[in-house]
Amino acid sequence: MGIIGHIGQYFHLLKETFSRPERFRVYWSRTLEEMDLLGIKSIGIVALLSFFMGAVITIQTKTNIDSPLIQAWVVGFATRQSTILEFSPTIIALILAGKVGSNIAAEIGSMRVKEQIDALDIMGVNSAGFLILPKIVASMFMNPFLVMVSMFLSIFGGYVAGTGTGIISATDYLQGIQTGFIPYHITYALIKTVVFAFIIATVSAYQGYYTIGGTREVGISSTKAVVYSNVVILIANYALTQFLLV
Amino acid sequence: MIEVKGLSKRFGTVQILTDISAVFETGKVNQIIGKSGSGKSVLAKCMVGLHVPEQGKVLYENRSFYDMDRDQKTEIRQEIGMLFQGSALFDSLTVLQNVMFPLQMFSHKSKSEMEDRAHSCLKRVNILDKDRLFPAELSGGMQKRVGIARAIAMNPKYLFCDEPNSGLDPQTSILIDELIKEITEEFKTTTIVITHDMNSVVETGENIIFIHKGQKWWQGTGDELLNNDNKELNEFIFAGGLMRRIKRSLKN
Repeated sequence: MGIIGHIGQYFHLLKETFSRPERFRVYWSRTLEEMDLLGIKSIGIVALLSFFMGAVITIQTKTNIDSPLIQAWVVGFATRQSTILEFSPTIIALILAGKVGSNIAAEIGSMRVKEQIDALDIMGVNSAGFLILPKIVASMFMNPFLVMVSMFLSIFGGYVAGTGTGIISATDYLQGIQTGFIPYHITYALIKTVVFAFIIATVSAYQGYYTIGGTREVGISSTKAVVYSNVVILIANYALTQFLLV
Repeated sequence: MIEVKGLSKRFGTVQILTDISAVFETGKVNQIIGKSGSGKSVLAKCMVGLHVPEQGKVLYENRSFYDMDRDQKTEIRQEIGMLFQGSALFDSLTVLQNVMFPLQMFSHKSKSEMEDRAHSCLKRVNILDKDRLFPAELSGGMQKRVGIARAIAMNPKYLFCDEPNSGLDPQTSILIDELIKEITEEFKTTTIVITHDMNSVVETGENIIFIHKGQKWWQGTGDELLNNDNKELNEFIFAGGLMRRIKRSLKN
């Protein structure tokens, strides 16, 4: 199947996914489970990554702009801006595409090759809606929360690294992260996050849902889910930046 | 009763089924037999709507499945139970939750009523004591029993069994065959079994359809099966050593 065929099939799957749920209560219960699996269980990796990401941004910014003409607080400013505008929403999305995306594709792909999706269809359950919709809702709800945690920990990581190594004083860093703050940048970051969450959940679910074959093909679907999610995220990142910031 | 009329199906350029017409009777174990790749599973999947045929009709008590809208199809699917070759139990759910699943999705019963119904189905297939286990903790035969329990949970009118004996030892196969036959008689279901297990065919087949190269090659009863003069059917039936011995002893 060519790329046009895949795009058509992807939108057809979305149409099925957003059809009327058979039993709202069951869907809601599944959404809560997915929030735990896709969101809460990702906090650890997001926290670890964000803390060290912020620390590295601070140290690299300081070492690259070590000039008497540039004020010391600029390091805090640069850390905050890099974190809010790009690192937290985009890098965390790429990491989640790896962790959550592969999980979604593998789970749905395994269900496909074990005929569990056929079993749902024969029972009269809308398998696409039942399996994918809770994952989309959970991701779009939890990822902004994860990104907020990431923003805080990245800036905090920068503070710890900067003041701990003595390359910047606490006063200068705190001044930097407060200087020229534009609240819209948070909105921009969260809009990106919600779009990226939708991309991760749907592209990965698409790869899993149309898996044909056995365990090897489930692995291939899982890999494709990560690769294609990343590619679409990067394209969407450019488009959203152009649309929302320029 | 299920009636298939002029059903044809192809994948790409490969013709899988050609102009199949057959009647599957109520209260009987109807069997679709044939070699691997002959198209018998595709026929069953066309009948339940997992594959859409290019031509033909599938009539459930004269209700044409492919002329129905989405809601009507959902309603008729609630009258269908299916046992899959690999059981297709949901890995993350316990045995009890698997059997309760269709009830949760479509019935308006309370939780305790659903549990009672699931327990009665599990009791019917003699696996009540395993209700708290997960599918991975069960043997193949036990998984098939749970699959049957889930299939009958909604009191289906139509029961499809895709190779119910595959991967099972002969004794367990006989137990599963007997169970399917008993359930068919007890619930008056139209049961369709896809199989190439000749023991199962001889023991339980009441209305047998032989599919060869995507076409209906022969149809008859279990008694007629062993005394037919169809060359391809005989090659299929008597391919195994045991069946050849039976044939010799029948002649003698």
